Amino acid sequence: MPPARSWRTYPQTYRLEAARCVKCEKVFFPPRLVCSKCHGRQFERFNMKRTGKVVTHTVIRTPSDEFSGEAPFAVGIVQMDDGPRMTSQIVDVPFDEIKIGMPVKLEFRRLSTEGEAGTIHYGHKAVPVRV
Amino acid sequence: MRDVAVIGVGMQKWGELWEKSTRDIFVESALLAMDDAGVDSLDAMYVGSMTPGLFTSQEHLGSIMADYLGQKNIPSTRVESACASGGLAFRLAYMEVACGMHDVVLAGGVEKMTDIGGGDATHALAAAADMRWEGMHGVTFPGLYAMMAVAHMAKYGTTREQLAHVAVKNHHNGSMNPRAQFPMEITVEGVINSVKVADPLNILDCSPITDGAAAAILVPADMVKKFKKPGVKIIGSGHATDTIALHDREDLTTLAAVAASAEQAYKMSGKDVKDIDFAEVHDCFTIAEIIVSESLGIFERGKGGPAAEAGETSLEGRIPINPSGGLKSKGHPVGATGLAQIAEITEQLRGEAGPRQVKNARVALAQNMGGSGGSSVVHILEVM
Repeated sequence: MPPARSWRTYPQTYRLEAARCVKCEKVFFPPRLVCSKCHGRQFERFNMKRTGKVVTHTVIRTPSDEFSGEAPFAVGIVQMDDGPRMTSQIVDVPFDEIKIGMPVKLEFRRLSTEGEAGTIHYGHKAVPVRV
Repeated sequence: MRDVAVIGVGMQKWGELWEKSTRDIFVESALLAMDDAGVDSLDAMYVGSMTPGLFTSQEHLGSIMADYLGQKNIPSTRVESACASGGLAFRLAYMEVACGMHDVVLAGGVEKMTDIGGGDATHALAAAADMRWEGMHGVTFPGLYAMMAVAHMAKYGTTREQLAHVAVKNHHNGSMNPRAQFPMEITVEGVINSVKVADPLNILDCSPITDGAAAAILVPADMVKKFKKPGVKIIGSGHATDTIALHDREDLTTLAAVAASAEQAYKMSGKDVKDIDFAEVHDCFTIAEIIVSESLGIFERGKGGPAAEAGETSLEGRIPINPSGGLKSKGHPVGATGLAQIAEITEQLRGEAGPRQVKNARVALAQNMGGSGGSSVVHILEVM
């Protein structure tokens, strides 16, 4: 990945920085320039809480080449407590224990590596919150 | 707007066509369509193709295909809307004839997917998803549809067996289609025990990687008598979009773009879903056919799975879905699929479909989808 492409999403990658529409309060991750609900153009940035719930999930057994060393791995959609939904790998839990509604938190993890000496990509992965 | 009809269609046998280039595949199907219509010259053409750049390193397909088809200097446009590229090319050709700009317009679609390996092809297809916020987390297209399946199963009780019935039915239909890539019959047990791809979807729930093309010739309806075959009239056309990231949708168990594009087509045609005699829909995965059949209004929400299991969508059923064998058995060269649906419907409505002929069919619907439902194109055609 070109360095500028990962650099410009550092606020999202490192801090889960989202944007809340000033007019209707809908929250966007990643931030947008115009609100899809009310067409408002003013937003305030904030760092989302890292917690949410699984709304659906799967286990990828046939991956693309970039993830060929990783499969099988679990992926899901997480409903964040602050509003947006995000796609995320779900880790540190046996596949058969992943359920819809399961509370998770997003941790900062390594996502993929471009070959032996290539760029390492970081981002979020969901881990279960044990209650 | 003028009424528009299809007066010729063409499609070669699909598969792993290693001996043929992208341009050969396209021109072959385009010539079949032109011969079917009995035309030698075109006023304009549209070429649907998802990502020839990633599959073969060749872009600028509009011009290259017009050149190799021997149509010097005509306007030729490449159209891209992921796996709905073909359906959208057909819609743009329809609009061009309807508005009076041109009379004889070809809509074609092509994809050459087997020059690269399976992993690279999976990556190329993933470009129809949100690469940064979905793809970077390792989610594949089967993975996205698998997540819809898990949500649909949780909400409505859709079963693993019901998904399998879609694949079994489509392979049965495909076994009667001489152009299908995988015309073999399969069983419910075979689907359930096939190699896992993304839980709960297995390899036999997935449409294959295919090389192929398909094309149609469109003319004003009042010109149909000048051509050798009976025309099939386009009475409704719809196109809608949705978020390309699956996670940005509130309801993961329905496809809003499919419903919106169908609504436009129904309204324009003056037809109700009950008037549709059969449908060709975008079964890129078994769960897709179930959700699409609900989003089109053919079945109530949550009833698509039981209907497939009960045989309501088989050739002899209440409303046959995918008599061609669908993407599942016929193959899915992504940019060509929307035109293959039009080819099947045209031949069915002309009564030329042989052993897989839907009896007494007069009105049919084609639904072609991009990505995980980020775009959808619907057409309704009727016997003239």
